[in-house]
Amino acid sequence: MTEMLETDLPSFPMARECPMHPPAEYREIRKQEPVSRVRMPDGQIAWLVTGHELSRQLLADPRVSSDRLHPNFPLALTTEQRKAFQDNNRLNFRRSMIGLDAPQHGVHRKMLISEFSVRRIASMRPRIQEIVDQSIDDLLAAEQPADLVEHISLAVPSLVICELLGVPYEQRHGFHEWTRKLISRTTSGVERREAAEALNDFLDDLVTRKEQGEPTDDVIGRLIARNRETPVMTHEEIVGTAILLLIAGHETTANMISLGTVALLENPEQKAQIVADSSLLPSAIEEMLRYFTIVESATARVATADIELGGVTIRKDEGVIVSGLAADWDETVFEHPDQLDFTRGARHHVAFGYGVHQCLGQNLARLELEIVFETLFRRVPTLALAVPAADLPYKDDAGIYGIYRVPVHF
Amino acid sequence: MHITADRERCVGAGQCVLAAPAVFDQDDDGLVAPLTLDPGSGEQEAVRQAVNVCPSAAIWIDKE
Repeated sequence: MTEMLETDLPSFPMARECPMHPPAEYREIRKQEPVSRVRMPDGQIAWLVTGHELSRQLLADPRVSSDRLHPNFPLALTTEQRKAFQDNNRLNFRRSMIGLDAPQHGVHRKMLISEFSVRRIASMRPRIQEIVDQSIDDLLAAEQPADLVEHISLAVPSLVICELLGVPYEQRHGFHEWTRKLISRTTSGVERREAAEALNDFLDDLVTRKEQGEPTDDVIGRLIARNRETPVMTHEEIVGTAILLLIAGHETTANMISLGTVALLENPEQKAQIVADSSLLPSAIEEMLRYFTIVESATARVATADIELGGVTIRKDEGVIVSGLAADWDETVFEHPDQLDFTRGARHHVAFGYGVHQCLGQNLARLELEIVFETLFRRVPTLALAVPAADLPYKDDAGIYGIYRVPVHF
Repeated sequence: MHITADRERCVGAGQCVLAAPAVFDQDDDGLVAPLTLDPGSGEQEAVRQAVNVCPSAAIWIDKE
């Protein structure tokens, strides 16, 4: 490997080639140097893993840490934003499993696994169908052009996660806005701290009420009851867990609904395939998850020992970004990755991560996407974008990719 | 084919259940609970896929 001057290193994050495609640089980097070095916005140097198999290897390696308070943990933030983020973490994220390592991570995760099993999630189908139908009624009653994000993309997963967690849905405007600020790369340190504190106070209050009153029959209530029997989590850790589930439960699925709907409207042949045969939906959804791979930030790590990977040595305490987006467009694993192919069998994508931290809510996300796409195109066959897809406001400035607004006609 | 499933390693992602529903299930705790340890020939491809997508290497084929 030719030694590059640190000032010559490519910057991370890199801009997308077009709204629907990963940064063009990923293709070349993956071929030349699948484990390469990048410069973060705060000036830190981190490793970037862009190959599919190498990504899975690293994420399954027990010698990596998810501790977001580690000084070298790669965050796509400036020094000022990073400081605020890590201060915020003292309030919340650090106390949830996304930032924990073994053995604590496993102990916390096991408190929740039963809530998200395939069977448990499948039992929610009738209620999610009702929520989707109601949201489509609201869309159809709205003035045109109507915003798909407001009426469907954000409404469905927000209502689902609120019911699941036992969070009052009427208070959604607060947590939507706090979440938007927390995942944006343009939010200042001060705004970031305020949003984190507001979200923390909101869920601290909710958890406290559930702890003090009769246990409620929802995920947080049952977690509190389970924790009473076998105490493994503190009050702050339960609040942190509630914050994680609330953010992860609405923001990610919302963006996948928006991006998937736009992609289907732009690819009428693929849309016709799933309208004609809904049994194709599960594999179509895996392909959409692969194609967009909207979360790159959750799969950053710090090495806790020297690790040999793809011909380089990642030293102990060095930061690593595993780009699932780059990995899921690895043409040696997914032929013609730029083609949306619903029959390719994309289940081994890493859009939900890999290793012990793989997304706990993935089966809920799959079910929501399946019901939305099936119902939306069946009930609203005339659905069309009100502006060209290229002109939509894409979230180039956020840690979770998506679209801010999708004006539609029907 | 004979398989082993390690509940200690399982993180409950449910990927095995989606890939090979005739072979894998999750118990009340959400952890892997194989329906058989000796999958028939019709299931072997699905089992290989389940092993490939398991995020925590909690299931493996110990005899082809």
